[in-house]
Amino acid sequence: MKKLMTGFIAIALVSALMLVIIDRLNAAQGYSGADTLTVYNWGDYIDMELIDRFEEETGITVIYETFDSNESMMTKVQQGGTTYDIAVPSEYMIEKMKEEDLLVELDHEKLPNLKYIDERFLDLAFDEGNKYSVPYFWGTVGILYNPEMLPGKTFTSWDDLWDPELKNEILLIDGAREVMGMGLNSLGYSLNDTDPEHLQEALEKLQTLTPNVKAIVGDENKLLMANNEAAVALAWSGDARDIMWENEALDYVVPEEGSNLWFDNMVIPKTSDNIEGAHQFINFMLDPEIAAINTEYVSYSTPNQAALDYLPEEMVEDERFYPSSELTERLEVYENLGQEMLGLYNELFLTFKMH
Amino acid sequence: MDNKFLRNLYMVPYAVWIIVFVIAPILLVLYYSFLDIHGNFSLVNYERFFTSVYLKLTLSSFWYAFLITLISLLVAYPTAYLLTKTKHKHLWLLLIIVPSWINLLLKAYAFIGIFGAYGAANNFLEFIGIGSRQLLFTDFSFVFVAVYIFIPFMILPIFNALNSLNPTLIDAANDLGASRWTTFSKVIFPLTLNGVKTGCQVVFIPALSLFMLTRLIAGNRVITLGTAIEQHFLVTQDWGMGSTIAVFLILIMFLIIRLTGFRKRGA
Amino acid sequence: MREKPSAAGKTFLIIVFSILYAPIFYLIFYSFNSGGTMSGFEGFTLDWYRELLGDTRLLIIVLNTLVIALLSALIATIIGTFGAIGIHSLKKNKGSILGLNNVLIVSPDVIIGASFLILFTIAGMRLGFYSVLLSHIAFSIPIVVLLVLPKLAEMNPSLIDAARDLGASSWDVFTKVIFPYITPGIFAGFFMALTYSLDDFAVTFFVTGNGFSTLSVEIYSMARQGISLNINALSTILFLFTILLVGIYYMLTQRSGLRIGGSFRR
Repeated sequence: MKKLMTGFIAIALVSALMLVIIDRLNAAQGYSGADTLTVYNWGDYIDMELIDRFEEETGITVIYETFDSNESMMTKVQQGGTTYDIAVPSEYMIEKMKEEDLLVELDHEKLPNLKYIDERFLDLAFDEGNKYSVPYFWGTVGILYNPEMLPGKTFTSWDDLWDPELKNEILLIDGAREVMGMGLNSLGYSLNDTDPEHLQEALEKLQTLTPNVKAIVGDENKLLMANNEAAVALAWSGDARDIMWENEALDYVVPEEGSNLWFDNMVIPKTSDNIEGAHQFINFMLDPEIAAINTEYVSYSTPNQAALDYLPEEMVEDERFYPSSELTERLEVYENLGQEMLGLYNELFLTFKMH
Repeated sequence: MDNKFLRNLYMVPYAVWIIVFVIAPILLVLYYSFLDIHGNFSLVNYERFFTSVYLKLTLSSFWYAFLITLISLLVAYPTAYLLTKTKHKHLWLLLIIVPSWINLLLKAYAFIGIFGAYGAANNFLEFIGIGSRQLLFTDFSFVFVAVYIFIPFMILPIFNALNSLNPTLIDAANDLGASRWTTFSKVIFPLTLNGVKTGCQVVFIPALSLFMLTRLIAGNRVITLGTAIEQHFLVTQDWGMGSTIAVFLILIMFLIIRLTGFRKRGA
Repeated sequence: MREKPSAAGKTFLIIVFSILYAPIFYLIFYSFNSGGTMSGFEGFTLDWYRELLGDTRLLIIVLNTLVIALLSALIATIIGTFGAIGIHSLKKNKGSILGLNNVLIVSPDVIIGASFLILFTIAGMRLGFYSVLLSHIAFSIPIVVLLVLPKLAEMNPSLIDAARDLGASSWDVFTKVIFPYITPGIFAGFFMALTYSLDDFAVTFFVTGNGFSTLSVEIYSMARQGISLNINALSTILFLFTILLVGIYYMLTQRSGLRIGGSFRR
């Protein structure tokens, strides 16, 4: 009994001590001060030095919090109890958040730097007139492959994935929209197709791909491709870029039938209690020089036209990651298909996975 | 003398916990399970559960949970037994637990590297002459990593049971001329049955709803009820269907508790 | 039971331990990689450790994680132990209570997280340290109960009766009879509660807010961009620190004759 009590008291004391230290550190960082701004973003998706710079310039203290999926981020914002001032959702989530009235309308007067954004990426269907969102990074979905493991093989079309030579060589993304979209695109349908017959057709086509599929994975596809674990992967361009730095043998291609064009965007959630500061932050991130520094750190494609001048040439001229408008015109942005349709997409994808 | 109320005072926090953090969430989940995607009251989710896809999922979850529990037990029992015989047994026991404090995602990434085509495991297979083969994204690696994660949970209760065995009992059995196997099966094992039962419960129950590893290690070649719930809550945002599957998981768990019968005492 | 393990036994233990520690040494190895990821070792560097030094944000997160783990495990152990004694003393309905006890173990984390989030917002509670602490206590209690119960079941009931006959009060029965006997179970419960808390991502994610974050949340949210190797470096430091603590603690207890598992010696 005595040793139990001693142990328990020791643990309580150590915890108390740590709480005091945390409190001191928080105070030293200014986190408990009045003028704070809470940024809710993906982990490691910003150059932290820029946050320091923003704090210096404006005197606002930034609290950086992270999420790991759009859906869980939305649940948090919806339930309340938090005070996020900036969030960075993907485009399809913006439509949903708009529907649920979770976003604050942007005041364009306070965002003069919005003019630097490439016109191709403004005024898109998911947020006409950019009333609620400003693009942060963008990219495509395509085929990442290792030419060294597949001598002589090139990819131009989705159908190239069905080559019997690729037996047990393909990594797919664990996402219903991405995989079903690939099936639909390869049949010449839109990846926003809602015709159940077309979807069924896409599923049947995908099922013939099963022998080639090695695994259906998530973010770990980067690790797997860098390790030469598979020869081909369905991948987001941002991830592809990351892996290609790790494993220089790899190449990335967007199939000619078309594919997905995605955006991550800055928004101000309804939970914000520093809307003024949030505008300042968005405008700060839109500054061409700042955007360029951030792009070099994150390595995804920036929508900031003026920032391109500050970036190394070989980065900007790489057509795979800064494709011409000719190609981007063939790409489609995901539309919000409604819950019922999303449910169907998912059930078909589950059927595909069960195979 | 203390009255009955005072004597039961110590249970109050636990009772409050059951009401607030168990019964309330169950009611919440039950409520959601009757909502379709439009938020209307309906039984459609229960109908959907009895389609082939979900029944197949239930069966495969059971099968893998059973395998994981069995293998954990087969590894954990001898480990716990041998640990009780080491000199600094409590130190070693603690060292069994320490690896479980490193983040699971990081360990899973490490396993991806180890089981990879050019990883350490394949180098070893090459070295002993078996030759390299596909390890990642197989049932083998999935069960292996799952057992890896659950093994401390199995070892602890068994160790505690073995450790409190009265050594004179074993001496007595030996003196009576019992073989080692007889001593084990007639004396040691029955006396540690409570520990084994607890170990099986704390492994089997969570193994039913295992999810992240199914993607990371098995590349979605293994799909369990946990994966399906995860998908419904996070991807389709169909909380109704997710809750319905959870209701069945909870029912199955109650059934297991009933079947393993906690009323019988070990010895 | 006093005989030493045989050679075969020793080999078996060595294999078990090397498998348990293999992924951890893998992580440690790559924390010295000058390349950016856990693939292809390019060269030796201490950069990842250097990067950690000035990172106050990460330091706060680590301390948050430890405080939550220690406090929640402590409180869950206390509540769970008393709960187990309560369940043990029940004459009927033991199965049902035990079933309720296990609900949180069988429920996937997302469901626990989402339903706790709804509960906290209904109660109008601010999300942050306290909501996370409460949740961790809540999901750690059942494992404590499950690990304490078998020790209670082993206990000879006549022990308690005897103590009562000798005029011991309830408090005396607890402190002098029950607790010493079940101490190994209590410690096991505490350590497993610690494990649950350190590993949890989904529940913490849902119930946290206002600048409060734990290491798991930070690591999982990094997955999309790729987990930076300074997390490996951080894990290495924490791991070595833990081993050091275990060593010190063990030496202290050895000297004073205490035991970590508090084995019950006759």
